[in-house]
Amino acid sequence: MQYLVSVIFDQADLATPDEEAAIDVFNDRLVAEGHWVFAGGLGAPSTATVIDNRGEEAMFTDGPFLESKEYLAGFWVMEAADLDVALKLAAEGSKACNRKVEVRPFL
Amino acid sequence: MRVVDVREAVTRAHLEEWARVVASLARRFGDLDVAEEAAAEAFATAVERWPADGVPPNPGAWLTTTANRKAIDRIRRENKRDGKQKEAQLLYDDDDPPEPLGAIDDERLRLIFTCCHPALAMQTRVALTLRMVAGLTVPEIARAFLVQETAMEQRITRAKAKIKAARIPYRVPSAEDLPARVSGVLAVLFLVFNEGYLATGPGTDPVRHDLTAEAIRLTRLIRILMPGDGEVAGLLALMLLTEARRTARVSASGELVTLDEQDRGAWDAALIAEGHQLVRERLAARVAPGRYQILAAINAVHTSARDVRDTDWSQVVALYDQLVHLDPSPIVALNRAIAVAELDGPEVALAAVDRLEPRLAGYHAYHATRADLLRRLGRSQKSRSAYDKAIELAGNTAETAALTRRRDQLG
Repeated sequence: MQYLVSVIFDQADLATPDEEAAIDVFNDRLVAEGHWVFAGGLGAPSTATVIDNRGEEAMFTDGPFLESKEYLAGFWVMEAADLDVALKLAAEGSKACNRKVEVRPFL
Repeated sequence: MRVVDVREAVTRAHLEEWARVVASLARRFGDLDVAEEAAAEAFATAVERWPADGVPPNPGAWLTTTANRKAIDRIRRENKRDGKQKEAQLLYDDDDPPEPLGAIDDERLRLIFTCCHPALAMQTRVALTLRMVAGLTVPEIARAFLVQETAMEQRITRAKAKIKAARIPYRVPSAEDLPARVSGVLAVLFLVFNEGYLATGPGTDPVRHDLTAEAIRLTRLIRILMPGDGEVAGLLALMLLTEARRTARVSASGELVTLDEQDRGAWDAALIAEGHQLVRERLAARVAPGRYQILAAINAVHTSARDVRDTDWSQVVALYDQLVHLDPSPIVALNRAIAVAELDGPEVALAAVDRLEPRLAGYHAYHATRADLLRRLGRSQKSRSAYDKAIELAGNTAETAALTRRRDQLG
């Protein structure tokens, strides 16, 4: 079972060196314990481009699909046996990156 | 067999077996939705068949077997509809030997922990527990919490879908997580009890015996499953000692009667004895008590006094001091102040209550307590405006009636 752990943040600030270090330690643990699938930090929402190719031609829009106070700053994809395991890992991830996270199961 | 006897047998089976049937199906099929629907169908079949065929010698086993068949039928139907021919889910056939009793009890416990999972909203946990564990129907739960039936149906459906999709596990939490998870379950049961004991809303009875009884029944179940847990015993004792005063709590004219004015002869002696026994058991355990055990002890002091004047107020205040230490909420401080009024007088209590204003200005009991203290101090005008505020904020019809009378009796 895989879970998306989204990192939610309300400022454009990148992770501080201390946060980076804590994230590295956490990631090493995910790998060692077999929970690691993938993870990454994202550029600011202002760097996003929205594409809609449902019509005749592809439309490009500068900026994020939704203007919001909080946005996705990064994510983990984790392998976990069930939600209890995923929630525990996500709680540690939140502490490591010093931000709020959301857990959502993949179908 | 007489129709009445059969109906009684179905009702009893529902009370005793519903949670077992749902729990055992949930484990077999790994799906609460299937478990709930099949259990409901099995009970409906019992209503149809038992009058003609007679009540089976072991109603629980009959219901479990019937529900298993219904669940398998449903899964077969769905597989056919989806064009899938997988029979993997049908590994279990209905002639499996019945589970030993201990294992089934354990399953009910799993079911409770799943329904009270912290990833579900509190209201959802309450609704799901009442549906899956207590076996209340969706319309009954909707009525209990004054929401539309469709809204309640949606809430329960969404919860079942989340449990399945996010894979909320169906198991008793590990020893390390257990204390926090048990306290989550107890919070759900306490909420159900309190809603029954002081029902909100203009259209409901002031005391909902159905809800208090259900909360007690479920807490008794948890107590059987976890006999060594102090807070489980504490909550059960607290509920019993509170429930014991139920009939004395509302007057013939429909007013809420406060503890000091209750007819203590109308209290239920058997419930009080059982509650006191539990409190003694916890005292003998010599383990630092949690919140429910302290609340139970406070209620034990009250129910030990034959007359309100015999109440050991210094003991009550000492217990509240202990509680404040564990739970520094302003509501605990307010209740402590009420006891202080009896020990040190209303003037001292009023000063303590007034300090809570910034945090409790929107709480009816804060204003009702002030009104009472001001009345006892002879400050009628201030008392009256505090009663006005309390009446405006109170949600319980019997409480509003009592407050209104007291206000109108002011000189």
